Amino acid sequence: MFRRLHDAAGERVPFTVDGRAAEALAGDTVAAALLANGITVCRNTPVSGAPRSPYCMMGVCFDCLVTIDDVGNRQGCQVRVAPGMRIETQDGKREIDR
Amino acid sequence: MSAEQRSDYDVAVVGGGLVGSATAWGLARLGQKVAILDEGDVAVRPSRGNFALVWVQGKGLGMPEYGAWTRRSSDSWGELASLLRDQTGIDVCFERPGGFMPALSEAELEDRANQLKRLHNQQAMLRYDYEIMDRAAVAKEMPFIGPDVAGASYCPLDGHCNSLKLFRAFHTGLNRFGAAYLPNRRVESIEHRDGGFRLTTVGGGEVRAGRIVLAAGHDSARLAPMVGLSAPVRPERGHVIVTEKTAPFLKFPVGYIRQTDEGGVMIGDSFEDAGFDTTVRPGVTSTIAERAVRVFPLLGKLNVVRTWAALRVLSPDGFPIYEQSVTMPGAFVATCHSGVTLAANHALALAPHIAAGKLPEEFDVFSARRFDVPKAA
Amino acid sequence: MSDVKTSYDLAVIGAGPAGLAAATLAARQGISTVLLDEQPAPGGQIYRSVTETPVRDPKVLGPDYWHGAGLVKPFQESGADYLPGTTVWSVSRNLEIGLSREGAARILPAKHIILATGALERPFAVPGWTLPGVMGAGAAQVLLKSSGLVATGNVVLAGTGPLLWLLAWQYLRAGAEITAVLDTTPRANWRQAMPHMTGFVRSCYIGKGLKLLLDVRRKVKVIGNVTALRAEGDGQVRSVVYRQGNGAEQRLPAETLLLHQGVIPNLNLANAIGCAQSWDDAQRCWTPQTDGWGATTVEGVSLAGDGAGIGGALSAEHQGRLTALDALHRLGRIDRQQRDRDAAPHREALEKARQGRVFLDTLYKPAQDFRVPSDDTIVCRCEEVTAAQVRDAVKLGCSGPNQAKSFLRCGMGPCQGRLCGPTVTEVIADARGVSPAEVGYYRLRPPVKPITLAELASLPKREDEIDAVLHH
Repeated sequence: MFRRLHDAAGERVPFTVDGRAAEALAGDTVAAALLANGITVCRNTPVSGAPRSPYCMMGVCFDCLVTIDDVGNRQGCQVRVAPGMRIETQDGKREIDR
Repeated sequence: MSAEQRSDYDVAVVGGGLVGSATAWGLARLGQKVAILDEGDVAVRPSRGNFALVWVQGKGLGMPEYGAWTRRSSDSWGELASLLRDQTGIDVCFERPGGFMPALSEAELEDRANQLKRLHNQQAMLRYDYEIMDRAAVAKEMPFIGPDVAGASYCPLDGHCNSLKLFRAFHTGLNRFGAAYLPNRRVESIEHRDGGFRLTTVGGGEVRAGRIVLAAGHDSARLAPMVGLSAPVRPERGHVIVTEKTAPFLKFPVGYIRQTDEGGVMIGDSFEDAGFDTTVRPGVTSTIAERAVRVFPLLGKLNVVRTWAALRVLSPDGFPIYEQSVTMPGAFVATCHSGVTLAANHALALAPHIAAGKLPEEFDVFSARRFDVPKAA
Repeated sequence: MSDVKTSYDLAVIGAGPAGLAAATLAARQGISTVLLDEQPAPGGQIYRSVTETPVRDPKVLGPDYWHGAGLVKPFQESGADYLPGTTVWSVSRNLEIGLSREGAARILPAKHIILATGALERPFAVPGWTLPGVMGAGAAQVLLKSSGLVATGNVVLAGTGPLLWLLAWQYLRAGAEITAVLDTTPRANWRQAMPHMTGFVRSCYIGKGLKLLLDVRRKVKVIGNVTALRAEGDGQVRSVVYRQGNGAEQRLPAETLLLHQGVIPNLNLANAIGCAQSWDDAQRCWTPQTDGWGATTVEGVSLAGDGAGIGGALSAEHQGRLTALDALHRLGRIDRQQRDRDAAPHREALEKARQGRVFLDTLYKPAQDFRVPSDDTIVCRCEEVTAAQVRDAVKLGCSGPNQAKSFLRCGMGPCQGRLCGPTVTEVIADARGVSPAEVGYYRLRPPVKPITLAELASLPKREDEIDAVLHH
């Protein structure tokens, strides 16, 4: 679990995770926002189905893949949360049409 | 025989790609003592760049015997897959659901129909079922085709496999049969002596064998003349794109688009004379991508994780070369650019002849002597 | 800043210290310069979010971090164009950059290219490192810098290297709690590092480094000589298991395990371009070959910063300037004499910044067991390939990583070998009993970062490229 430092300043950004309302801090990446909201597991792998959470936070490991606004397999750590963004955790392989 | 004259192996197969591995596996399966001499980690290796189709449709125009040879391999592929599974536990994921070759205009569809007609009109052609389907018929099987798809040819004999697993299965199987896989052993020279062969490899190593099979792909062009054979092959560059793993959506191999058992979508291909340069050209992969998106617009959303360029091993007429040396009868050459499709033949049909020491007459048509005909003045 | 031009004299890839310094120097000389960066704000990983971090108390991240702000301002005033949020997925040998921005791909030609692609954390493959809750220490630092987030509950740091201690120090400054630091630095490293102590004593690292270490050791339980580390849990890390030397197995509760064992060059782009690379035995990593000006073996492509061999943020900055001077010379803007003259102060500064590096490399060289993991360890996170599978492939005659890739799919996933490449090389080398240099590394191809098929399809095509596909 992660917590925000008390003096961390910035605007609040509303978004949804798997349909539930959540809030990020302006500047948060999707991966950071999920961790800040207590969501550690962002996907199950397409190979074995094992759960994964963000590992590198700098765009190299591809473990933080999530579906963002209906587009699958996006790197959560490379996309900033925007107001109203719809984020979905993933189970296995992505679908072709989303 | 004295110790000096005794061979280390019954057969030395030069080349550890798909042609060499399949042939060596077939030989080892028959109890032959086999060595496979291979290069190292970085080599030309067309076998790593293949598209994994087991494809019959359209093959053999200009050499109907090649059409029959292909058909035969396709028919034996199921047997090969189960033999490999039984021996190694590796499922090479062979499937023969039939294959589509899409046409993106009425003219292309008509050309395809004419070509298949010409193919089947050849005297010696072993005929098989195929169908020219219009757009509606294709859409019935694959409703997600793009608006540009005019139709497709379909052949129930076409299929595909997982060629990486095939490769691993052959090597695992070879290991179980007790064959010796010798990497980093590029062959520098071959001597025929005392009824056997002495292969000198890079760094001065030596391997002796009663018979040899040259299945070294592009390198067979250099090696064949050492044993009275010829393999006038040249490289032809082809590009392939592969996407991230995606939930299964595509049941059939569609010519230059197929979904692998692991979920990735492979998209090919291209044809360039570029020597041994395997640089990927973005303009070529872009053209391949654009065509694929016209066939299946949904593909546009998928992420491309890899692209590569590999070098087909092409003879002057594009058909395989199988030949036994006249001057040194224990030497054979086998080369083709359809190492996956023909794997079943190489393992189950070609290998027994080599083990017996003689290629029968039916192979004469594949001799490289067909290229010796003087050019018309 | 101005709109993107159709081509540039100089393109710099990566907005960390090397890239910022290079672009600033070059643009000030009046050549058209563009800085392309994947992140939304300048700073790279070391100065990540330095212009916008929500962490307002400057004491938390420390003065070395804030030094980065001093690189950003001059850059912004330099006249260079800046393209943040831009993924470079390809660079061709004729210096055409394939980039992707806001979902659209394009090709941008340049006359010279400086790669400032920095470093990534060396893979730390231990059993359980794929469990949720296990992250790189660098990842935790990114979360702190860019979002003001710190881990809570039982937080264990494990590994070796300066960044591990820096993170611990920053956590303490931020008021976060650390259950323990498990130090995996092998005891023998101290003996081997001692002869290099003099360089270290003269370096800028010693003062701050020692103070930082003492600060952490005063406040946190530090367990030394840690071996046989693994993470355990069911769907989430619950505990960390380890030994001290050959001692009995011990266990600590952990909801977060932050791993680190140094950084290595992020060489995927250089490798895919075809820049020759060699094995650096001291730093135990592959490094693209460069000359004293950062020039690679590919004409028109140079490399600055940690991507050319780990030297740290200050070295990167000076290297960036040297590389930019050489680019100016190659582009005909300055002659050789001026280049050499202007380079003198930067070279001197670089020498100074490099002092102590050998000591650090030797001291923090990761233990063999953590570079060549046990059989049950997942080596390739993407394709979930274990060390045992790699060893089995070697037994079948697989002599290098490219064959291993064909056999096992390791390195074929979306990370393209970044998280498994070094380990696969070391495991094969160990199994074959040869050096990693002999084993080699993955041959990489574009795209070095995924782009969509639609983006790829949208790129310009030449007649002969279309013919190669459609009219053969």
